[in-house]
Amino acid sequence: AGDPAITQIQPWMQELGDGVDVAPYGKPSEYEDQVIRRTVEWLTADPVSSINFTPLHDLDGIITPNGLCFERHHGGAAHIDPAEHRLMINGLVDTPLVFTMEDIMRFPRENHVYFLECAANSGMEWRGAQLNGCQFTHGMIHNVMYTGVPLRLLLNEAGIKSEGKWILPEGADAAAMTRSIPMEKALDDCLVAFKMNGEALRVEQGYPLRLVVPGWEGNMWIKWLRRIEVGDKPWHHREETSKYTDLFPDGKARRFTWEMDAKSVITSPSPQAPITHGPGPLVIKGLAWSGRGTIPRVDVTIDGGKTWAQARMSGPSLDKSMHAFYLDIKWDGQPLYLQSRAHDSTGYVQPTKQALREIRGVNSIYHNNGIQTWYVNEQGVAENVEVS
Amino acid sequence: ANFADGTIASLPDQASRMALNAPADMDGMFIAAAQADEVPADAKLGLGREALAEEIAVWDIDVRPDGTGLPEGSGDVMTGEEIFVESCAVCHGDFGEGVGRWPVLTGGFNSLTKDRPVKTTGSYWPYLSTVYDYINRAMPFGNAQSLQPDDVYAITAYLLYMNDLVDEDFTLSRENFAGVEMPNAEGFYMDDRAETEIPVFTGEPCMEACKDTVEITMRAAVLDVTPDETAAAEAAADTAEDEAAAPESEAAPDAAPASESDGHAAIDPALVEAGEKVFKKCKACHQIGDGAKNRTGPQLNNVVGREVAAVDGFKYSKTLDAMEGVWDEEALSAFLANPKAYAKGTRMSFAGLRKPEDLAAIIAYMKAAGQ
Repeated sequence: AGDPAITQIQPWMQELGDGVDVAPYGKPSEYEDQVIRRTVEWLTADPVSSINFTPLHDLDGIITPNGLCFERHHGGAAHIDPAEHRLMINGLVDTPLVFTMEDIMRFPRENHVYFLECAANSGMEWRGAQLNGCQFTHGMIHNVMYTGVPLRLLLNEAGIKSEGKWILPEGADAAAMTRSIPMEKALDDCLVAFKMNGEALRVEQGYPLRLVVPGWEGNMWIKWLRRIEVGDKPWHHREETSKYTDLFPDGKARRFTWEMDAKSVITSPSPQAPITHGPGPLVIKGLAWSGRGTIPRVDVTIDGGKTWAQARMSGPSLDKSMHAFYLDIKWDGQPLYLQSRAHDSTGYVQPTKQALREIRGVNSIYHNNGIQTWYVNEQGVAENVEVS
Repeated sequence: ANFADGTIASLPDQASRMALNAPADMDGMFIAAAQADEVPADAKLGLGREALAEEIAVWDIDVRPDGTGLPEGSGDVMTGEEIFVESCAVCHGDFGEGVGRWPVLTGGFNSLTKDRPVKTTGSYWPYLSTVYDYINRAMPFGNAQSLQPDDVYAITAYLLYMNDLVDEDFTLSRENFAGVEMPNAEGFYMDDRAETEIPVFTGEPCMEACKDTVEITMRAAVLDVTPDETAAAEAAADTAEDEAAAPESEAAPDAAPASESDGHAAIDPALVEAGEKVFKKCKACHQIGDGAKNRTGPQLNNVVGREVAAVDGFKYSKTLDAMEGVWDEEALSAFLANPKAYAKGTRMSFAGLRKPEDLAAIIAYMKAAGQ
């Protein structure tokens, strides 16, 4: 008897499928309903000031679908009528200005693919392996193509006074989120974006307008952007003093740790993506990124770091974007101790967690870019471990 | 023939029409040169309009460590305590000790070098201006930017008092603000990774025979804190099975007449929809519907017709605890129109719904969503 998937006529071959009017805005197949953002309830007091995680293990390539981009907000996701939205530029400028969304859309625009990583990504792992799944250990990241206006064009329209050295972007949400950003970065590559992956920003990503701060920690990418003030000094607001500062063992804290260090993770096999096919050909897939440039090389080990091989990079290599890598092996059915190590275009090599702890201790919360280990047993089951 | 044939047939027509419509000289229409990769950096386009002084005054509320941005005003510790207990303690505790996972605001001194640091306004925050600015822009949670300058000065003064940084007769004002030194003001330094880390983490790493042995030193499974989706899915499946097992006669078609006979008028779907929008004001603290739990406020299932202060496991204010009766539509309308007037001492920090149509809508929504 042959395979019934072949020998029997399947209903989808016999009966007519959906018409083109069934789903004016399409959704993934119903067989993909496990591919969702997930939360870790015990992390925060309430879902309105919380975070969820991108299912990296279920995705491939470098672009994150909009509905799966992790969310982090501090006062809930604001629903804003674009007709009622305004962007004000004030402070140390020649002419304080107000833009409508229509005004913004008349500036020359650019397209760029950038990763956005929360500074706290992997932050629960400082004291050791804690969460079983790369969605939870590494899922505070997404990578999309933004369409937006270079911030320097908007600032230039208002005219920056010579003493204007910092900007303070502010959100229109119930947290009125603010961060201080040096003018050099504002004039370099920041965008005021209104589209992601071709469509309007999702509500939870700051619709109708968000700031894009390439390579820098996600908290600075102010969503629901309504105001940019130009000033001569930083503001030292809550999210750059009480939060997003990195406490060291001596009781002092690093502040303004904006750049995201080079990092990588194997997304499959991983705890949520075990090997189900047994020994033989195995695709090891992963992602790497750096806030300082591109990723020309990723090393992968299957024996916990005794020997390393260079992975195969696939897809476009774009500045401050995710990069996809693969190592195609023949699995012998023996346990695997999988790790990946990113090299960025500045020559920086992703450190071990232990090397980071030796410098920073275990209480710095943010910027944990240490090498991740997955242990895969003979059955193909993967778990989050640390190794000697 | 398929659709593509038709498209091709019409193409030459379209193309010639486009060519005919093209202006003779298009150069002047381009803002950027056609070959340039980037837009010019210095061209002003004359877009937007000048911001009015009164508009800037409303939005420009940020405060800096040197006091720039502080409004006129003042507030004392005792006034701050009253406001704090009423509007802040529900999450932060009467003494800033934090309720549940809401932030701890007080204490934690000398803990920053300890195994478990407690980062509070007193032990960690370097500048008092940050306290003022944050309360003013984002608190009370769910009712942001509702406080007056004097209120914010008073709460800030009370936080200083609870952190043992000022005496109980202290009054904070714009004039003496810059004189308050925070204990951890010198606790921060600029990112130094370029000097302390990047050189260490740069260079060709080992590729062969890098170590002799590899042992597992820690497993996430030991802690077992990963969300357990399997258990949640099984629970959901159980519920589904229960529902499936229910006799057909108890299913939906009979339910509507039954509720009408209970005296409930049919609910207007448009009103419910309008009410759902109004309910956004409540969502920061209240849940309603399947699986609703107590949050900052009690869960609201069946709240219309429910006894006052009746949800198990929720700690109500003394005022609500002492109140008798049920939340019928009249009582709910009066409460939601002006919570503080209807129930003086309630912890619900909500200004109230001014429009009668909002009240009708939200009650309709709570009826529909909370059944």
